[in-house]
Amino acid sequence: MSASTVHAVTRVTQRRVFVSEWTKLRSVRSTRYALLAAVVLTIALAAIFSGVIVTHWLHMRPQEKAGFNPLEASLVGLNFAQLALGVLGVLVISAEYSTGMIRASFSAVPKRLPVLWAKAGVFATVTLVLMVPSALVAFFVSQSILSGQHIQIAFSHAGVARAVIGASLYLTVLSVFALGLGAIVRNTAGGIAALAGILFVLPGIMHVLPQSWNDAISPYLPSNAGQQIMSIVREPNTLAPWTGFAVFCGYTVVVMAIAAVLLVRRDT
Amino acid sequence: MIEAHGLTKNYGKKRAVDDLSFAVRPGVVTGFLGPNGSGKSTTMRLILGLDAPNAGDVTVNGKHFREHPAPLHEVGALLEARSVHTGRSAYNHLLALAQTHGIRRRRVDELVEFVGLSEVARKRAGQFSLGMGQRLGIASALLGDPGILLLDEPANGLDPEGIHWIRNLLRDLAQEGRTVFVSSHLMSEMALMADHLIVIGRGRLVADTSVEAFVHGASKKLVRVRTPQATELRELLLGPEVTVTGGERGLLEIAGLSAEQVGTTAAAHGVVLHELTPINASLEEAFMELTRDAVEFQAETTLQELEEEEVVA
Repeated sequence: MSASTVHAVTRVTQRRVFVSEWTKLRSVRSTRYALLAAVVLTIALAAIFSGVIVTHWLHMRPQEKAGFNPLEASLVGLNFAQLALGVLGVLVISAEYSTGMIRASFSAVPKRLPVLWAKAGVFATVTLVLMVPSALVAFFVSQSILSGQHIQIAFSHAGVARAVIGASLYLTVLSVFALGLGAIVRNTAGGIAALAGILFVLPGIMHVLPQSWNDAISPYLPSNAGQQIMSIVREPNTLAPWTGFAVFCGYTVVVMAIAAVLLVRRDT
Repeated sequence: MIEAHGLTKNYGKKRAVDDLSFAVRPGVVTGFLGPNGSGKSTTMRLILGLDAPNAGDVTVNGKHFREHPAPLHEVGALLEARSVHTGRSAYNHLLALAQTHGIRRRRVDELVEFVGLSEVARKRAGQFSLGMGQRLGIASALLGDPGILLLDEPANGLDPEGIHWIRNLLRDLAQEGRTVFVSSHLMSEMALMADHLIVIGRGRLVADTSVEAFVHGASKKLVRVRTPQATELRELLLGPEVTVTGGERGLLEIAGLSAEQVGTTAAAHGVVLHELTPINASLEEAFMELTRDAVEFQAETTLQELEEEEVVA
C-alpha cells in the first residue's frame, strides 16, 4: 500500500471536524426526510389553516373573529416543524451510538468535544438557513390568503418581524437543545422521549399543581419560555419575548454543558 | 510502539483487564491471542482511549492516544464491533473520517479500490456483508497512513481469499516498519499471521513470546502404544523424565520418549505392540492447555447439573 496520496501529515482542527460533520449530516436519509418535513409542514400548514379561516370567515361568530390572531395562522406549522427538527437533533448523535459509528468518530477525534461542537454548529446552521426563509414564505403565503377577507397582518406591524424571524431562532436553539439531550441519553428512543416529555408533556400537566405554583413555574418551562418570541400578544403569566428566549437559551447551554462533561468522561 | 503498564479495567464488579503490561514493537506482526471474553477488545478500546482504565496506563508512540494532533496518522483501528453508520454509504463514511484530518478525496478513492469495494462504495453500509464490512473497516484504518495498526479479529467473516489477502497485507505493513497488533481467538490463524504473540486469559497476561518459541514450548509430543502387555511395558518405560498414562484396553500414552525409543525398549524385552503412533499435540490444543485456567465460560456443565437446575427452576 503506497502512502503517495497522504502527503503532509495533517492535524485535526475544529474547522475540519465541522466539514466532516457536514458530510455526515447530508449523507444519511433521515436528515433529508426530517428537514423536508420541517420545511413543508411550516409552509403547507400555514397555507391550509389560512385557507380554512378565509372560507369560513363569514360564518364565524363575532367572538371567534375577535379572538383570531393572523400571525398564529402563519406560524402554526412551526409546532410540527419543531417535532421533526427535535427528533433529527436527537438522531444526529444517538444514531452514532446505536450504530457504533461513535467509536470511529472518537478514534479520529479522540478529544471528543470538537465532535459535539461541530455537530451542534452544523445542525444549528442548517436549521437556521432553512427555517428563516421557510417562516418568511409561510408568513407571506398565509397573509396573502388571509387578505382575501382583509384580515391579514402587515410584516411591518409591531413585533411581527421579530416573531417570524424569532420563530426560526427558537427552532434553531431547539435543535441544539435536542442534540444535547441525545448526547446525554445516547439512545434514540430515550432521547426522543425526553425531548417530548420536556417540550410537550410538561407544560400540559402543570395545571395539576396548585394555581400559584403553576403560575410561578409555567413561564419558565423551556418550551413556554422559548415560544414567547413567536408571539405578539403577551398573555398573563408569560415572560417577555426576548426574556423568554434568553431563558430557553440558558437551558440549552446547561444541557450542552452536561452533554460535554459526560461526553468526555464516559466510556464509549 | 504501544506500551501498557499495569492496565486494569473493571465493568461494575467484573474485572475485564487485570494488571496487564506489554509492549508491541514495530516491524513485526504481533498477535493478541485469547479466548472469547478474555479482554482483547477491552484492551484495544483502552489503547484508543474509548474507555478509561481504572488503573495503569497505555501509550502509543510515547503519548496517550488523545494527545496526538493527528490521531489517524498514529493509529488506524479496526474494532471488532461494527463502527459504521448503517445508513451512510461506505464512500461517505470514509470521506467524513478523512475530512477530520484534511485528508484528500483521492486517498479515499484509492483505498476504496485497494480494499476491493469500488462497486459497492455508494451503497449504504447497512447492506454490507460481514466480509465487506471488514474491508471497509480496514480501509478506514489505513486512511491516515498510520504507523500503528490495531485490528480486532480482522479475519472474521472473510472468505479464504480475503483471509489470504489480509495475511499478506499485515505482513507487508509490518515489513514497511509499522507496528501491527492483531487480535484473534484462533491460535491456528495467529500461527500463520503473527511473528510475536501476546496471550491473555481472563484479562491477565499469560505469555509474551515469539510464535516460534510458543509453538516449540507448547507442543508436547506423545507416543501412543497399544499392547496386550500394558502393565509390563509401563514398568519398563517409567523414568524420571517419562510419564505414562492410560492402560485401559491396552492403550498407553507416553510423554518424554520418542517412538523409536519406545519401540526399541519393547523389542528388547519381547513386548508385543499392536500400535505405535507418534502424536503431535496441535497448536490449538497447546493454546487451550495454556489458557484453560483462564477461560471464563467453560462448557463443563454436566447433564446432571442441568437437570438439577431445571428442578430448582
